Amino acid sequence: MPSAIYNIRGLTKSYGDNVVIDELDFEVYAGESLVILGRSGSGKSVTLRQLNGLEKPDSGSVIFDGTEITTLEERDLVPLRRRVAMLFQGGALFDSGTVFENVSFPLREHTDLTDDEIAEIVDQKLAMVRLSGIDGVLPADLSGGMKKRVALARSLALDPEVVLFDEPTTGLDPMTGATIGHLIRSTQRDMKTTSVVVTHDIPLARLVGDRVAFLEGGRFSFVGSWDDADRSEDPIFSRFLAGLEEEESHVA
Amino acid sequence: MSLTTSLQNPLRVAGRLSLLSAHAFMAAIAPPYELRLWIREMEQIGVRSLGVAAITTIFTGMVLALQTAYSLPSIGVKYYIGTVVSKSLVRELGPVLVALIVGGRIGAGMTAELGTMKVTEQIDAMRSMAADPVKKLVVPKLVATLVMLPALTVLGDFLGILGGLIVAMGQLQLTAGFYINDVLDALTLQDVSSGIGKSFFFAYFIAIIGCYNGLYASGGADGVGRATTNTVVMASILVLVSDFFLTKLFYILF
Ligand SMILES: Nc1ncnc2c1ncn2[C@@H]1O[C@H](COP(=O)(O)OP(=O)(O)OP(=O)(O)O)[C@@H](O)[C@H]1O
Ligand SMILES: [Mg+2]
Repeated sequence: MPSAIYNIRGLTKSYGDNVVIDELDFEVYAGESLVILGRSGSGKSVTLRQLNGLEKPDSGSVIFDGTEITTLEERDLVPLRRRVAMLFQGGALFDSGTVFENVSFPLREHTDLTDDEIAEIVDQKLAMVRLSGIDGVLPADLSGGMKKRVALARSLALDPEVVLFDEPTTGLDPMTGATIGHLIRSTQRDMKTTSVVVTHDIPLARLVGDRVAFLEGGRFSFVGSWDDADRSEDPIFSRFLAGLEEEESHVA
Repeated sequence: MSLTTSLQNPLRVAGRLSLLSAHAFMAAIAPPYELRLWIREMEQIGVRSLGVAAITTIFTGMVLALQTAYSLPSIGVKYYIGTVVSKSLVRELGPVLVALIVGGRIGAGMTAELGTMKVTEQIDAMRSMAADPVKKLVVPKLVATLVMLPALTVLGDFLGILGGLIVAMGQLQLTAGFYINDVLDALTLQDVSSGIGKSFFFAYFIAIIGCYNGLYASGGADGVGRATTNTVVMASILVLVSDFFLTKLFYILF
């Protein structure tokens, strides 16, 4: 068994009366790619945002590489966040800066590299997402797919050990989505990163996921390999995988 | 709507504003100092606001001069318009008008910018890259406002007094020398420092409210719009109400 880089126990988070995740337990193993599937509003983003401390749970524990992170102050999360990058749903590029300023941001914040060294790394990361030569462009002038790729380059700038992906393909056409999927796959291989990918895009999940978890009713109703997933007898999960509509009784 | 939301939970808002202030203060004094960001904000605020500040204060000075001269013509009040114009401007109208007009713009701009960053997850992205949004975004805006609002107020005072001079010479047949002597005789160091002192407080209120409403915005573009209106309302009320207490305070101090 590979070692777990994340150990999550009894994680619970509610907003008002809405219990979004309820006593969630899972591990993320070093070097693997875990895909979290679930319907819209099932709490995938809420779960992911616990893994780098963007939000605090009501109860439960998140242990990253031996450290309990749910009790850490914003300031004490800095070491974790240098090792764990996050790719946001809309890219979340800084509107006010160029592509170069965006990708170089983590390098300027956390390294003492010279301007030349930074420029070299930015070039290399942009080449990796196949967007060389757009350094001076503003995010507002990029297409949705290009924004996601620039955001991917930015999240990889510091060579993170773990990357958290929130819906990397939502809002993109299938071909652009596949391009992003293959980029994620190749960065996982080349940089040996661990990744957690939240999505409801099944082809992407099959492409990038070593293991798959299905979030339903605040818990994982399934965690396992794709082979087991395809053999699962959980009616909701198999319908979800097959892309079928909800059963009559589930339609409000 | 915006008024009730802004006042519905005054204690909680006051608590969060104090926390944000404390956080911003700690982040401001801790190196590294992001001078480049500070200067960029100052430029933005200064350039964006110069025109409105100038027009507001010149015309206020002119109106003050006219009103004063016409109010009690029989007792020759026009020979004191230098005193009236300069004292009212420097102590009261300069700081307050500049804070209301320029401050409304600056504050609303801050809320719109930070609110948009909040709802598009740019603030979270910054946090996820282990950078402090308060240090990167709030501190430069706060510092820039604390520098530029008093500076614009001083400039506004000059222009307002100049406005008074134009009316004094053009309409009231006074000489420039007479008016300027009157102004210089009347103005004391206390007037000047109390006016600038007020404007520092106003600057702090405007910037902290503008940033606060942006950082706590939610609910997409709609939410950012509401937060922006909220900033203008909250900042204006706070400027006007605190002005009363600050006036009292500065009379006691000096
Ligand atoms: N800050 C918040 N305040 C209140 N409720 C929230 C907040 N964040 C999330 N929620 C609620 O938590 C639930 C799960 O949200 P979440 O964003 O995790 O869903 P999701 O699985 O990521 O869905 P999607 O696929 O649509 O992105 C939703 O009902 C949402 O309304
Ligand atoms: Mg989501």
